[in-house]
Amino acid sequence: MKEIISQFEQKLKKEEKELHNDSNANIENIEVELLLDAILKQYGYDFRNYSAASRKRRIKNFLSNTKYSKISELIVHLLYDTTFLEKFIFNFSVTVTEMFRDPSVYKTIRKIVIPLLKTYPFVKIWHAGCASGEEVYSMAILLKEEGIYDKCQIYATDMNDSILKQAKEGIYSIKSLKEYTYNYQKAGGANSFSEFYYSKYDSIIINNELKKNITFANHNLVTDSLFGEMHFIVCRNVLIYFNNILQDRVLKLFNDSLILDGFLCLGKKESLNFSTISDNYQKIADKEKVYQKKHE
Amino acid sequence: MNNINYRAIVIGTSAGGMDALEKIIPKIPGNFSIPIIIVRHLHANTNEFPGYYLIKNSALKVKEADEKESIKKGYAYIAPVNYHLLVDDDETFSLSVDEKVNYSRPSIDVLFQSAAEIYKSQLIGIILTGANKDGAEGLKIIKQYGGLTIVQDPEEAKSEVMPRTALNTCKVDYIFSLKDIADYIIDL
Repeated sequence: MKEIISQFEQKLKKEEKELHNDSNANIENIEVELLLDAILKQYGYDFRNYSAASRKRRIKNFLSNTKYSKISELIVHLLYDTTFLEKFIFNFSVTVTEMFRDPSVYKTIRKIVIPLLKTYPFVKIWHAGCASGEEVYSMAILLKEEGIYDKCQIYATDMNDSILKQAKEGIYSIKSLKEYTYNYQKAGGANSFSEFYYSKYDSIIINNELKKNITFANHNLVTDSLFGEMHFIVCRNVLIYFNNILQDRVLKLFNDSLILDGFLCLGKKESLNFSTISDNYQKIADKEKVYQKKHE
Repeated sequence: MNNINYRAIVIGTSAGGMDALEKIIPKIPGNFSIPIIIVRHLHANTNEFPGYYLIKNSALKVKEADEKESIKKGYAYIAPVNYHLLVDDDETFSLSVDEKVNYSRPSIDVLFQSAAEIYKSQLIGIILTGANKDGAEGLKIIKQYGGLTIVQDPEEAKSEVMPRTALNTCKVDYIFSLKDIADYIIDL
């Protein structure tokens, strides 16, 4: 009997603890919503339609690097301290990238997209969500190697000013060099990768001649409007962070910014499949997620 | 076997993981009522889909988890190479290219934590063979939410680091051999 009672007590205790954890998780969701509302109202950054799981994860990561223990404690500091907000934005936007990420994508661009871009007298390319710029410079290298860099203008945008500054500088850790060189070669690189940068201390610095036709600018896909008359739009691994509503808004924005026959390249795990603009596009490379806007 | 309505099973493994999974997943019947979600570490530059043998030999439908895909019973989902896999609140998958966690992307901790927050006590977390410490924190979080936790017997595991770290971090419910894990799942 005693045993049964103690078992029962244990079970009750466990249930109580679970309930406690359940309600804690719910409180956290409320805190996230309040925080996002505050940032929107005060600063105009709208993260409400970001995917909930990774949004919460990034906020908790940020929290763990502060002295605070509750998400709601962040709100007051975010509202009154713009330096704190900048830090938050920097951490919130995902900046992980590499040169020639997914080499087969660059191979496809080289083989299919660039030959068609060559037929235009002037080419405008928009790289949306460029983060620290590695993939923008990868594109610049492709254009250079294919002999059309000089007639191209690349607009590289991100919502994160600090990361844009890094992108503009084009200075990367020498630690990644081996991987970048490997990627470059797998992407069909025709030269020695070392022709495109010079080394200094522990860094590689992208050559200035690759930078001259790139304009880095702040642009927020959630709230800002279109960039006109683009021949090619690259936006990789950004849409995965958005919910369906926001994905559709951004894809419409791209659709409005692209010329007929223009190209769109998304991340490997992103697609036009369920979007409202998918009928306007032809799949050029299934795995690499390269699409072309139809003529009619 | 017990009266909890489990809504998902999450499994994490790295070194030796494919062999271990092959001893579990093909045994599960095709109409099994709980979705299974797997993170298996693999080198980022590999082209091999993590689960070719499993697809061919399982009654369950084994597939790579897709962005925004609804999580359904009768499926075993595997995280794509080079993406973290998370469960969103509408029980769909969400992928991310966030920083590596425990030198890993996908990371077991990331999947386990996000699944725990959604499924709470209706989740089973399983750690199999592996050579790093990923998954231990995640298993602990599953336990904190009242979920069920199982670790492969380190004596049996091809690489004992991952099971041992999990056992040192979390007071788990069961330490099982692969055979017992398979039997336990089938009996749920």
